[in-house]
Amino acid sequence: MREKRVVIIGNGMVGHRFCEKISNKKGDFKLIVFGEEPIRAYDRVHLTDYLGKKTLDDLFMSENRWYKENNIDLHLGDPIKKIDTTKKRVFSIKGLSIDYDYLVFATGSSAFVPPIPGVEKEGVFLYRNINDLDLIREYTSKATKGAVIGGGLLGLEAAKALVDLGINDTAVVEFAPRLMPRQIDELASNTLQTKLKSLGLTCLLQKSTDHIVGDRKIEGLSFADETQLEADILIISAGIKPRDELAKAAGLTIGSRGGIVVDEHMRTSDPAIFAVGECALYEEMIYGLVAPGYEMAETAAATIAGEQKVFSGFDMSTKLKLMGVDVASFGDPFISEPYAYTILLEDKNKGIYKRLNISTDGKRLLGGILVGEASSYNMLLQTVNNNMPLPEHPETLLLGETSSGKSSSSGLEALPDNALICSCEGVTKATICDAVTQQNCEDVDSVRKCTKAGSGCGGCVPMIKDLVTYTMKQQGKYIRNSICEHFNFSRQELFDLIKIHELKSYDEVLDNFGTGHGCESCKPVVSSLLASLWNEMILGKGNDVAQDSNDRFLANIQRGGTYSVVPRIPGGEITPEKLITIGEVAKKYNLYTKITGGQRIDLFGAHLNDLPFIWEELITAGFESGHAYGKALRTVKSCVGSTWCRYGLHDSVSFAIQIEERYRGIRSPHKLKSGVSGCIRECAEAQAKDFGIIATEKGWNLYVCGNGGSKPQHAQLLASDIDSETCIKYLDRFLMFYIRTADPLMRTATWLNKMEGGIDYLRNVVVNDSLEMSETWENEMQALVNAYQCEWKTAVNDPNIRKRFVHFVNAPDEKDDTVRFEEMRGQKKATGWNNSMIY
Amino acid sequence: METLTSTSWKLACRVEDTIENGGVCIKLDNTQIALFYFKRRDEWFATQNECPHKRQMILSRGMIGSLGDKPKVACPFHKKTFALDTGECLSGDECSIKTYPVKVEDNLIYIAI
Repeated sequence: MREKRVVIIGNGMVGHRFCEKISNKKGDFKLIVFGEEPIRAYDRVHLTDYLGKKTLDDLFMSENRWYKENNIDLHLGDPIKKIDTTKKRVFSIKGLSIDYDYLVFATGSSAFVPPIPGVEKEGVFLYRNINDLDLIREYTSKATKGAVIGGGLLGLEAAKALVDLGINDTAVVEFAPRLMPRQIDELASNTLQTKLKSLGLTCLLQKSTDHIVGDRKIEGLSFADETQLEADILIISAGIKPRDELAKAAGLTIGSRGGIVVDEHMRTSDPAIFAVGECALYEEMIYGLVAPGYEMAETAAATIAGEQKVFSGFDMSTKLKLMGVDVASFGDPFISEPYAYTILLEDKNKGIYKRLNISTDGKRLLGGILVGEASSYNMLLQTVNNNMPLPEHPETLLLGETSSGKSSSSGLEALPDNALICSCEGVTKATICDAVTQQNCEDVDSVRKCTKAGSGCGGCVPMIKDLVTYTMKQQGKYIRNSICEHFNFSRQELFDLIKIHELKSYDEVLDNFGTGHGCESCKPVVSSLLASLWNEMILGKGNDVAQDSNDRFLANIQRGGTYSVVPRIPGGEITPEKLITIGEVAKKYNLYTKITGGQRIDLFGAHLNDLPFIWEELITAGFESGHAYGKALRTVKSCVGSTWCRYGLHDSVSFAIQIEERYRGIRSPHKLKSGVSGCIRECAEAQAKDFGIIATEKGWNLYVCGNGGSKPQHAQLLASDIDSETCIKYLDRFLMFYIRTADPLMRTATWLNKMEGGIDYLRNVVVNDSLEMSETWENEMQALVNAYQCEWKTAVNDPNIRKRFVHFVNAPDEKDDTVRFEEMRGQKKATGWNNSMIY
Repeated sequence: METLTSTSWKLACRVEDTIENGGVCIKLDNTQIALFYFKRRDEWFATQNECPHKRQMILSRGMIGSLGDKPKVACPFHKKTFALDTGECLSGDECSIKTYPVKVEDNLIYIAI
């Protein structure tokens, strides 16, 4: 098949974009571009920068060789003068005649020059292209008083350019009663005017220019109200008019007020001819911004390449900085009652005006205006565009990021993957995040190179920056934290998900938030979360098979496959009767006994089948599970304290028992150990515990996040001289904070080591309630305390659970006959590991 | 499965003796066999009960799960994992476990050894 010839008239930003887009499409296209200007396409959006630090080279849309490399014939300084639509042929000024299969108008617009007498005088300029700017720059060397007709977006840009060029006395003249009438309302305009005035820019509103004063050169403006303004340089920026004269001559349909009429595919009244950008009129509207122009270019390219794509109108939201003043307008900036309620903030002190238009049910953001401070623009725009729900108190959005530092990143999180971040280039959140995660882009520049995001108007650059930071953080976090192949979540995320969705079993969690069939990594994590959240019997609801080995049989598996049994001995206090019971049970079931490091007694060598019988006897004697098998509170070690000790300040044993009985059975990311010492001599070694309490003259000192083990670490002082009630409150908060946020199997010491801000931050959260979570956490903890049950009591009394404590299901009375013991110092011990088959 | 022609199916237990998504231990001819009912996949697996790592009779008490699409069991002692269908060790060690065919008829489980 012969290649299709596509002729593009116009080499502006949108024309250039069309070339880029169609070059990437499937199909054999030969592109021929005719441009009026003598230079290749450049960035008109940043035209004003040309007067500042940027050179023309900085503004070019592509390298010179780009056209050659893409096999595009570029004819600059050679506009088309005539089109024969029947023969499908164009004729250029320089005499070229080229046949086309498709013709694309990207002729843009020219400045609308109102018919004011005197506009031809020396010193009157337009503000459209590089040539205009060169002329203005040259002329300003002999000018001192500037004026701009037109208080719209471009007019204000032009006024800024004059000030930048050293004309400090510049006035903007606007016919309408406010500045930027298409973007902002009157109050916003007032704020902007005040701000601009303080920067040397005067705004004259509701001024109709009657004629331009001066002989040959401009000397001033005379208005219809008979006032005058002195000026020796004038820029006219009173609007644009589509360059449709060629299209009109070719017989294409033109709108009544100009513009080449196009359909949703950018097709004109001639099916072989398309129009894009500011020359195109779509549904009676000329889109004078680059982003919709780009969207049109993409639409036309896709249509020509045979793809399905439609242009459906476009968001005209915009943000700009005028002489350092942020001005932004998004969504529908003007919608008001009865269709919307407005929330206004006008701060004359700081020169800030903000308006949010919210739906009458208060749930959605419809649009708004920001003047003076627009850091939240991108997030607000995304909120509108993605129809995201508003917070309960939307007025907080008006206060900007300074007062709600937390909101900015949580907002990013809430953004859907397909949220359009860079509307100029059509780049979504997912694409940017992928650039960070897949292509190792770690800053805005590399993301821009990879995705083109931020290379258009640049308004989204702050958001890209936030996204890069956010994604990198996430990424770091995910690499460490995502639990396993079955759950792409961190422990904390799963905690929240399970809580919000009130899931109660491992299978439910896997079905809702995981993939595959689980494994030995995620099962214990999820089981622990379920226990931490609901504190239900861990062997119910099919969760028994999702428990780690020890939890599954409520005992600690030991060499040879037998188990050890640890009844709770709170605070290490035990009556002689109970000691005797332990001794008798140990004798009856032939168990090895040892005092543990946590002031209790461990009974080793129990067969699986014997466990329920052992526990029946222990429970009858008043014992309960010691949770030595769980990632839960183990023991609260105590010294004897003031009841006996001559140094003791308070009753450390009673307090230890109170604490142990409060937190017993609560599942956490890892085991928890505690201690209470009755005086500074610290016999309970409380400072080596996850939380330790030491008596002082005035109360208790509370230490947290210590541990023994392979990397001993002293606990750090969280609060001093507190009473018992406060101590328990702080412990509730501390424990719930830890349970909610730690990684799986992360002890409190590591948790604190990884916490930004360390113990000071932790103290702020726990003592000063900086996260305003204290009440929630105290209530959650109380719920767990109330839900406590002795798991072993439940297990021995529930036949369905109890029947699992057998070795052979087809011979329930037989014990595992391969278990072997040896004798040592009058007791038994497990035989060594059998010969390993793996070394 | 060509070697199975001569093996006989042996009655192991009733379905209600087994545990959903977990394992139980069966004694068959003085051999300990771990029997798994992987309900999520609607599959039954039988393997030796001994973990070859430290030679402990324990696999029936291990957690089951999947690695990619492969069904597996993790030994409770040191979390060595083995494929339930092929018996190969999935945690990179040079050992494997025996697997046995399982069938369910009239609510009864049969294992061929």
